Amino acid sequence: MGLFHRVQPWDIVSTIPHLFPGLNEISRRLPLIAEARPKSRSCAYQFVVVVLLLFVGNLIMAADTIAFTGARLMPVSGPVIEDGVLVVRGGKIESIGTSRDVVIPTGAIRIDASGKIIIPGLICTHSHIGMGGGGDSSGPIQPECWTLDSVNVRAASLERARAGGLTLVNQMPGSGHLISGRTTYLKLRKGGTVDELLIKDSEGWPMGGLKMANGTNSQRSSPFPGTRAKSAALVREAYVKAQEYRDKIARAEGDPDKMPERDLRMEALVEALDGKRIVHHHTHRHDDILTVLRLRDEFGFQVVLHHVSEAWKVVDEIAASGAPCSLIVIDSPGGKLEARDISMENGVVLERAGVNVAFHTDDFITDSRLFLRSAALAVRSGMSREGALRALTLSGAEMLGLEGRTGSLDPGKDADFAILSGDPFSVYTQVLETWVEGEQVFDRSDPAQRLFAVGGRGAGDDQAYHCCGERQEQR
Amino acid sequence: MNFLKTFVFMLLLLVPAAGCAGMSLQEKGIPKIEGLIAVRGQTVHTMARQTDGSWAEPITNGVVLVRDGKVVAVGPASSVEIPANAHVIEAAVVTPGLIDAHSVVGLSGWLNYDHDQDQLERSAPMQPELDALDAYNAREPLIEWVRSFGVTILHTGHAPGQLISGQTFIVKTRGDNVDAAVLKPKMMVACTLGSAALRKEGQSPGTRAKQMAMLRQEFIRARAYEEKIAAAQADPEKDPPARDLAKEVLLRVLSGETPLMISAHTSVDIQNALRLQKELGIQVVLEGGSECYDFIDALLEQKIQVIIHPTMMRASGAGKNSSMETAGKLVAAGVPVAMGSGYESYVPKTRVVLWEAAIACAYGCPFSDALGLITASAAQLLGISDRVGSLEVGKDGDMALYDGDPFEYTTHCIGTVIDGDVVSDLVR
Repeated sequence: MGLFHRVQPWDIVSTIPHLFPGLNEISRRLPLIAEARPKSRSCAYQFVVVVLLLFVGNLIMAADTIAFTGARLMPVSGPVIEDGVLVVRGGKIESIGTSRDVVIPTGAIRIDASGKIIIPGLICTHSHIGMGGGGDSSGPIQPECWTLDSVNVRAASLERARAGGLTLVNQMPGSGHLISGRTTYLKLRKGGTVDELLIKDSEGWPMGGLKMANGTNSQRSSPFPGTRAKSAALVREAYVKAQEYRDKIARAEGDPDKMPERDLRMEALVEALDGKRIVHHHTHRHDDILTVLRLRDEFGFQVVLHHVSEAWKVVDEIAASGAPCSLIVIDSPGGKLEARDISMENGVVLERAGVNVAFHTDDFITDSRLFLRSAALAVRSGMSREGALRALTLSGAEMLGLEGRTGSLDPGKDADFAILSGDPFSVYTQVLETWVEGEQVFDRSDPAQRLFAVGGRGAGDDQAYHCCGERQEQR
Repeated sequence: MNFLKTFVFMLLLLVPAAGCAGMSLQEKGIPKIEGLIAVRGQTVHTMARQTDGSWAEPITNGVVLVRDGKVVAVGPASSVEIPANAHVIEAAVVTPGLIDAHSVVGLSGWLNYDHDQDQLERSAPMQPELDALDAYNAREPLIEWVRSFGVTILHTGHAPGQLISGQTFIVKTRGDNVDAAVLKPKMMVACTLGSAALRKEGQSPGTRAKQMAMLRQEFIRARAYEEKIAAAQADPEKDPPARDLAKEVLLRVLSGETPLMISAHTSVDIQNALRLQKELGIQVVLEGGSECYDFIDALLEQKIQVIIHPTMMRASGAGKNSSMETAGKLVAAGVPVAMGSGYESYVPKTRVVLWEAAIACAYGCPFSDALGLITASAAQLLGISDRVGSLEVGKDGDMALYDGDPFEYTTHCIGTVIDGDVVSDLVR
C-alpha cells in the first residue's frame, strides 16, 4: 500500500481494527467478546465480522463505548473540567463534560479515573524514534526519500514514546541535508508494521511533511554546500526547477506526450509549493531563521520553524511572518556554536508575541518519556501553563495540519489522550496510561510496559508484534 | 513572592558591582562579603547525618550563619540569633551547595570545537600522567551555567573514552583561574572499559579482552618499576630506573591512595571492573554503571562505591538498558552512591545534576537520599565531607537557594553561595 496504490475495498476491510479500535480494549476487559474478535487476516472471516457488526451493531457499539469518570479533564480547547466524564466510542471522543452534563450510554464500560488528570495525547512535531532516516551522503537535496521506508515501528523508542503519553509524532529524517526527505506522521497505535501507524489523507496517501535544514548541520564537504549563501542558492534552484516542472504539467493539460518524465524529487517539492506538504525546517541562528522566512516568501510553501534556538533575537520578525515555532528545550546551552544562545525563555517570549508555539523532543536528543518536562521548563521560564499544555498538544496538531482530528479533547476528534497521576508540570507526575483512537497503548500498571517507562534490562531491546496489534510475549 | 523581593533587594544592596544584567558574574565582580551573612530559609535541608546514620530532619524557618566563609551556626530562627550587623538573605528552601560527582565541565567546553575540547587525549590508550588541573578553564561559560542552578563543586576531569585517560580533580565553581578554584588537586584516575574505549582497527585495545590484558600488564609494569626503585634504594650499586610519571600515578592506585574510577555500563564491562578490583586489590569507584542493578551484592561485598550515570542519560548504545530507578535501588541496598552529570558529546553539552537527582527522586529515590546524591553522599564518596556537602558548624559556607521544592520543574534557583559569597544571583 502507499505510493502506487489507491484505496481498494479490501483495504477498508483490513482496517477494521482501526475503525473499531476500542475492540481490543473491550476484549481485554471482557473475555466473552474477545472470542468474536477477528484473529486472522482472512478476508472472508473479516467480512463475516463486518456483517456481524452491521446486524448486531447496536449491541456491539454499546460495548464499544468507554466512559472515563471522575477525572480532571484538561481539554486544551476549553476550560478545565473537574469531576469530568469522557465518553469514547468507535475510536472517537463522543462527549466530554461534567458528571452532571454527560449522560453515559447504557452498556458503556466505565473506567474510574478519580483523582487523575486526562490531557490530550502529546504530539511531538519533531522526532527520530524508530530511527527512520532520509537521504544518503550523495547530495544535499533528496526530497524523494521518505522516512516511512526506513522507520522501525517495533523499536523500543516507540514504546518509550507511548510511555511518555505521546500519541502522534512527526517522524523526521536528519538535519545533515538542505532537504533530507519526506517526513511521516505516525499515530502511535499498537502495530508491528509502519502501515498500521500511518495517517492517510482523504485520498488514502500517507501523510507527512518535508524536512529542510539550514545552518551548520547541512554544511559539509562537496557536493554539500560550504556556506550559508550557497545553502540558500541550492534550495532556491531546487524550488525553481519544481515550479517549472509544475508549470510543464499544467501546460500539458493531461496530454501524455507533453507531460514531463515523472520525477519523485520534483513531486515532493511541488506538493510543498502547493501547500499539500508542510515544510518542517531545522534552523537555529537568528539570520538562518530569517533566511527560512525569506525562502518561504519567495516560493510560498507553508513552513514550521523547528528548534529556533535564537528565536528570542528575532521574535518580532517571526511574529510578523505568522510562521509557527516548534521549540526544543535543552538542559544547557551550546553543544555547537549556533546553539550557544539558545534560551529557555523562547517559549514565553514567542507566546507573548502571539506566535503559535509547540515543543518537540527531537528524540533521541531529549527523551520522549520526559516530554512533559520540556514544557514544564518553559513554564519555569515564564510561559503560561495553558500555553505550555497547548504547545504539547493542539499547537503541535496544527503544525502537522491535523488539528481537525486530534490535539484536544473535543467530540468527534480521535480519542487520543494520556491519563496522568497529577499536575502535568510536576516532576512527580507519572503518565499512567496512553490511549490512541480509543485503544490503550500504554499501561504503567503492567510490569512489561512499565519497563519502558522507567528503563532496565530489556528496555533497550526492540519489540515484536503480530499482525493485528496485540502484544506478543517479549522476545 | 515576598522572600524573593527581599532577596533581590538585598542583592541590590550587596552587589553594586554586579550590574551587568544577564551576564555572568565574573569573579572580580563577586563582592566579598566581610563579616557575617545569615541565610534564612523557610526550609533548610542541612543534609547532616544523625548519630544513627539517618538524615537530620530539615529545619523549618532555619538560619545558617556564615562568618569568613565558614558556617558558624545552624538552627531554627528561634535558637539562632542573627547579629544586627549580618547581611541577611532569604529563600524558601536552602540546601548545601550541590556537588556534581563526575563532570567534564571546565575541560569540555560549550562550543564543542577543537579549541575548547580538552577532556580527552587520543594519542595513546593509557596516559595516567595527564592532570585535569592542567586543562581546566575556570572561565568556561558552562561553569557559570551549572553554578546558577546551585552547583558549587565539580569533580571534573578527563572524559570516558580511553582505557586510562588521566587524573581527575575537584574544584569549586568559582575563581578566575584554576588555582583559585581548586579544592583537591588530585582525586581519581579515570579508566574506561567497554565500547567507549575501543580504538580503531589496527589500534589497541580493539576488544574488551585486550582492554583487560593491557590494564593488567600496565599495573604489573608499575609494580616492577616500584621494585626497581626499592632495589636501588637497598643497593647503592644499582641505578634507580628513570622516573616514569605514568607509573608513579599507577603506583598510587596500587597503594590504595588513589581510587581507580572505572567508567563501565554493560554487564560485561561491569564484571570486568569487579574482576580487576579483585585481582589488584585496589580501590575502585564505578562510574556510569547503567546495568549495575544486576551486581548490587558484588558492589557491597567488594566495597565499591558508585557514581551513577545521570538519570536522564540516553537509553542507547552501552546505556540502552539504563534505568531511571537505579539510584533509588542502590540507595535502598546500602551501596554508597553519588550522581554525576557524566559526559555529553553533543547537546546538552552538560547535564545539570539538580535535574538529574530530581528525576531519580521522581523514580523512587526518597527525597533526602536523592538530594544526598548531589550533596552529602557525594562529599562522602569524594572524601571532602570535612569541608562540604552539609550545612554544619565548621564547614564551608556553600549553599543553594530556591523558591520552592528544588526538584520541581517549575521551581527556580534564586542564588548560589560559595564560601559565604553570593556567586550567582540569577533567577533560573
